[in-house]
Amino acid sequence: MPYQLTDEQIMMRDTVRRLAQNEFAPRAVEIDRQHRFPRENIQRMAELGLMGIPIPEEWGGAGCDFLSYIIAVEEISRACASTGVILAVHTSLACFALLQFGTQEQKERYLRRLASGEWLGAYALTEANAGSDPANLSTTARLEGDYYIVNGSKLFITSAGEADLYVTFVRTSPGSRHKGISCLLVERDTPGFTVGKIEEKMGLHGDPTGELIFDNARVPRANLLGAEGEGFKIAMSLLDGGRIGIGAQALGIAQAAFDVALDYAKKRVQFGRPIAEFQAIQFMLADMATRIDAARLLVYRAARLKDMGLPHSKEASMAKLFATDTAMQVTTDAVQILGGYGYCKEYPVERYMRDAKVTQIYEGTNQIQRLVIARHLLK
Amino acid sequence: MKIVVLPKQTFDTEAKITLDAAGKINREGVNLIMNPYDEFAVEEALRLKEKHGGEVTVVSFGGPKVPDILRQALAMGADKAVHVGDEGLEEIDEHTTATILAKLLRDLEYDLILAGWRAIDDGSAQVAGRVAEILGLPMVNMVIKLDIAEGKAVASREIEGGYEVVEVPLPAVITAQKGLNEPRYPTMKGIMQAKKKPMQKLTIADLGLGGEEVAPKVRARRYYLPSPRSQGKIITGEPAEAAAELVRLLREEAKVV
Ligand SMILES: Cc1cc2nc3c(=O)[nH]c(=O)nc-3n(C[C@H](O)[C@H](O)[C@H](O)COP(=O)(O)OP(=O)(O)OC[C@H]3O[C@@H](n4cnc5c(N)ncnc54)[C@H](O)[C@@H]3O)c2cc1C
Ligand SMILES: Cc1cc2nc3c(=O)[nH]c(=O)nc-3n(C[C@H](O)[C@H](O)[C@H](O)COP(=O)(O)OP(=O)(O)OC[C@H]3O[C@@H](n4cnc5c(N)ncnc54)[C@H](O)[C@@H]3O)c2cc1C
Repeated sequence: MPYQLTDEQIMMRDTVRRLAQNEFAPRAVEIDRQHRFPRENIQRMAELGLMGIPIPEEWGGAGCDFLSYIIAVEEISRACASTGVILAVHTSLACFALLQFGTQEQKERYLRRLASGEWLGAYALTEANAGSDPANLSTTARLEGDYYIVNGSKLFITSAGEADLYVTFVRTSPGSRHKGISCLLVERDTPGFTVGKIEEKMGLHGDPTGELIFDNARVPRANLLGAEGEGFKIAMSLLDGGRIGIGAQALGIAQAAFDVALDYAKKRVQFGRPIAEFQAIQFMLADMATRIDAARLLVYRAARLKDMGLPHSKEASMAKLFATDTAMQVTTDAVQILGGYGYCKEYPVERYMRDAKVTQIYEGTNQIQRLVIARHLLK
Repeated sequence: MKIVVLPKQTFDTEAKITLDAAGKINREGVNLIMNPYDEFAVEEALRLKEKHGGEVTVVSFGGPKVPDILRQALAMGADKAVHVGDEGLEEIDEHTTATILAKLLRDLEYDLILAGWRAIDDGSAQVAGRVAEILGLPMVNMVIKLDIAEGKAVASREIEGGYEVVEVPLPAVITAQKGLNEPRYPTMKGIMQAKKKPMQKLTIADLGLGGEEVAPKVRARRYYLPSPRSQGKIITGEPAEAAAELVRLLREEAKVV
């Protein structure tokens, strides 16, 4: 086996699987229907040390490797994709921002709280006119004494309003595209910072995705992460890890859909036989299982490379691209295999299909992943 | 307080049971877990340790995968583990297991021995009782509430129509019933720390045992699977006739009315 897991990784996977299947999966239906933030899941994850899996123990994390974290996102997303993305954004984008770019003092103040799960983290890059092209962002920050005065707004931010710390990308020098971008750590109760509209989405109903409004918000100068002008580099570097997390989320959703489809196909009788006996269904199941396995290998490989400290930007994009396309394909096929029942809320596959779609869009659309991969190929 | 817990590795509750060519239960590819009743026992030991201080040792007898459940107990918070391997033992029964565990326990210090009241696989509910018998210890079975104070254990158990509260002097053997507690999941830190905790591996020979002493006294002669449920029968025809036919079948074929 190319990715033999260690005893610890297996125990971690089995523990997270039990937690997710016993506690999160039964709740996922209601969270989806009521568009409710899964606060109790976050609480449970904090208790078990899941909010800082790959963060060193000295900063309040569990001190596991990145692959362990990736496996946890996979298992949690298999039960509840909303909880999965909240964990993924919190860990790969917020905790890692501090771990990789924070000063000792910033880590003391924020990383410990984040990694222990006392605080929840968010990542605010996207704006109305800066989605795939984040270098076009126009939220500004102007230094006045010991404070940055921030003006503008962010869009589509995961955990908006629920998170305690927002890793926010702002323009500190006008007109210079990516070179003029900096990163600020914005606390939830910063004066002048409010949460605007929460979007009504197709899926991921447990994750409030919304607007952040900065109206002369005062952010202490000490909350600048990295140097002025380094924001874009920080944003992109974090997304390399983040994309592996989204690949893992997609993998979990795909696995959940496959499990339901396989089980259903064995039980559903039409034309006097279980539909699993029809070759048309068998071929679908075979393709689904093959793609999921291939996606898992790509996602775990990218995580392994990151653990080994090797370049993994291209591999992270490949993993994200393939795993999220797999999730879309597999969930669509699962609905198909369940026929009319698959289209109805009595079964979970319609939710899986709605949740899968966004994995092809966020943390860089799959078109953008192809751009990244091609850029590496043509270097 | 020193507590020893005796967990057993069993098939996963969702495992599909099949028989191999020799008619034995097929263990190939089956997911193995800690017997759920033993998880209650481990949890109770950890709670007692948290309350009274002390040390929790987990001890298990069985095949090469047994360290998995011992590591799980260590990750939950137990302090050390001992695995007695089953190398060289073709057939075992409850006598074998209890003899081996009791022999090992003679070398350990303990105030309390905890186990699940039964294993979900063979369900014989004998091992803990036999261990208590060999060691000459009092035993309370199927406990749903346990308090330890002043060298005594006060245990509640469910009996027909109510509850019974039993008091025994320590050391004693107590077996856990569902309801005793809600077992914790290991934390991530616990999992990382588990590999640093001591896990001793012993053979039966290390315990000075072998031959007739551990030979089973009971042999399973045959295993067989329940016959698959046959398809239901649909009685067609006019309602009145169909009802009459149903009554006839219930009387003559099913012989229930
Ligand atoms: C549920 C959800 C949660 C989100 N969470 C966060 C968050 O926490 N933080 C955050 O900062 N953002 C977040 N986002 C924003 C997300 O990252 C963006 O939606 C995404 O980057 C795409 O940007 P856009 O929506 O503006 O689409 P656009 O960039 O307008 O893209 C529209 C289409 O054009 C294509 N396209 C654009 N440029 C090119 C090109 N050069 N070549 C080929 N095709 C191209 C895209 O692939 C896409 O198909 C979230 C979005 C959603 C839906
Ligand atoms: C929104 C909605 C509206 C509907 N409206 C109506 C309506 O107005 N009137 C009405 O009568 N019905 C209606 N239906 C029912 C619809 O026509 C059925 O859902 C559809 O025919 C499929 O049947 P099924 O759901 O039982 O799936 P199944 O027949 O159980 O099929 C499950 C899967 O097995 C596959 N399969 C089955 N047999 C074979 C085979 N021999 N070879 C290969 N693959 C096979 C199917 O293609 C499917 O992928 C509606 C359904 C929905 C969801």
